Amino acid sequence: MQKEAAIREPLILGNKTYHDVTEDVCRPIEGKAPKMWYILFSIALIIGLYGVGSILYLLGTGIGVWGLNKTIGWAWDITNFVWWVGIGHAGTLISAVLLLFRQKWRMAINRSAEAMTIFAVFMAGTFPLIHMGRLWVGYWVLPIPNHFGSLWVNFNSPLLWDVFAISTYLSVSLVFWYIGLIPDFATIRDRAKKPVAKRMYSILSFGWSGRAKHWNRFELVSLVLAGLATPLVFSVHSIVSFDFATSVIPGWHTTIFPPYFVAGAVFSGFAMVQTLLLVMRKAMNLEAYIHTKHVEYMNIVIMVTGSIVGTAYITELFISWYSGVEYEAYAFLNRATGPYWWAYWSMMTCNVISPQLMWIRKLRRSLLFTFFISIVVNIGMWFERYVIIVTSIHRDYIPAAWSMHYPSHIDIAVYVGTIGLFFVFFLLFARYFPVLALNEVKTILKGSGQSYKESPDYHKHH
Amino acid sequence: MSDKVIYAMYGDDEVLKSSAKKLVSGGVKISEVYSPFPIHGIDPIIGVKGTRLGIMAFLYGLTGLTLATIGMYYFMVVEWKMNIGGKPNFSYVENVLAFIPISFEFTVLCAAHGMAITYLLLNRTLPGMPAQNPDPRTTDDKFVMEIRLSENHGLSEEKVDELLKDTGFVELDKKIIE
Repeated sequence: MQKEAAIREPLILGNKTYHDVTEDVCRPIEGKAPKMWYILFSIALIIGLYGVGSILYLLGTGIGVWGLNKTIGWAWDITNFVWWVGIGHAGTLISAVLLLFRQKWRMAINRSAEAMTIFAVFMAGTFPLIHMGRLWVGYWVLPIPNHFGSLWVNFNSPLLWDVFAISTYLSVSLVFWYIGLIPDFATIRDRAKKPVAKRMYSILSFGWSGRAKHWNRFELVSLVLAGLATPLVFSVHSIVSFDFATSVIPGWHTTIFPPYFVAGAVFSGFAMVQTLLLVMRKAMNLEAYIHTKHVEYMNIVIMVTGSIVGTAYITELFISWYSGVEYEAYAFLNRATGPYWWAYWSMMTCNVISPQLMWIRKLRRSLLFTFFISIVVNIGMWFERYVIIVTSIHRDYIPAAWSMHYPSHIDIAVYVGTIGLFFVFFLLFARYFPVLALNEVKTILKGSGQSYKESPDYHKHH
Repeated sequence: MSDKVIYAMYGDDEVLKSSAKKLVSGGVKISEVYSPFPIHGIDPIIGVKGTRLGIMAFLYGLTGLTLATIGMYYFMVVEWKMNIGGKPNFSYVENVLAFIPISFEFTVLCAAHGMAITYLLLNRTLPGMPAQNPDPRTTDDKFVMEIRLSENHGLSEEKVDELLKDTGFVELDKKIIE
């Protein structure tokens, strides 16, 4: 058993036993869903279905139904893609990177953050696929020989790297998540009373029995998967940034992109985790497990990554001038003062100023303020991608080709639809899955639980 | 052949651990421990060896790296020297930078999935497998030690009982398994 300094805030509040942990996590799954769940689920489903309908309309008609034109060939679609992939960076970062750093506070949030990651990457993957216009030939991105001869996909292209990066990231995250879920499904299985639930959780738990040897393997597999997923997290958004950075478009052709995109992704991912968890902890009575300290830790991550992003913005601006390349300089001048100035300044306000408020202890420990900032950050991060993508291409080298992007209602519907679908998935997760990593939380109960830390013999033996 | 199995249930992981120590020093072979979470430090006491899954992961990763390298060499250099911006792929070395991202991704893909599949197969935890824990509470807050008499030839049941007596178990169960 590991002990930690008594002055560290306990990670689990109250007088909890192992059984209490099980009870607290399983109760919402076993009981009836509250009315609010049905209301939210219906709203999310309606919005999601509207999005699906819009996608079907788009597939039937062609991507001309989007507001794209000859100058602006990428706009909301790729903005949304990068936005969702970015959000999908927190889960694996929390469970993999924080596992390697032995951060125990991750245990309360990793399960739901990883679920969020997986659903966000689903949503992200939708956009490049539907952007192909002909979804049914989407498998052409896989390395299979061309029908007409021996021409293969282009392995020199960052767009293909992206296919490999996103699919590896999605599938590895899914496996990592599920391997952690198996013992917790077993807990629900062994408590289930209704035959259907018992049968379902029995299948989901793969017959897990908690043998010593299995736990031994479980811990090693988690560690190795974390080791593999850590460089993977950083590679995925680096590769997404290569989609832009390896092109020769002023505003995109930037060596700073990979670290800048990764920091931005972590920034937005943590913001989304905050948005979801602040509601979930309340709705599911998990305040003892996910409390102010967890929120504060996450706010510190938001502050640090937000500062990296802010530094990147300013570096980019400086280098565009310092490079002496007039097209590069114009691209940035146009961002800040051109017709899209409002998008640029929204981005600057949301992403550069708002995380700096987290230096104030009172603010970063305020749940209401955190919730507000978490939404502001995600708005800002959407604008960041919009600014990078649209303002860089809307005024190219020939002024006659200059153009503006106006989203069509399909653009909006597909985007909002993915948010709806995301919440459909997340609400189903919250209803049927253990939202807290039961087996992991129990391992830290004695070392970081309040009742144990405050007991008189906590420091006696060790 | 029937076998008598003793299940000693504990309410705390530390109690189980010290009990296991006592039993093992008394010459008892503990067949299995069922717990709701990993008990750190139990493996050396009951003689569970460290897993070699890490080595497997490395080998799977190496396989992935090899496959990716051979694949991209064949697709891009041998089979069809794709000419991009007037720069055809004449040799692997000249283009290796462009192949690094996919080599890395494919290595991770093979290592992670290879290891995960091996893990599930070794544990025999697959969809549809029945649960084998002796008591449903072992996935909640109870810790069970399993002692098979057939694996303890030199010891009588009474001797094991005596060793178990003051170890602080909460329940003791005996079963005859056919």
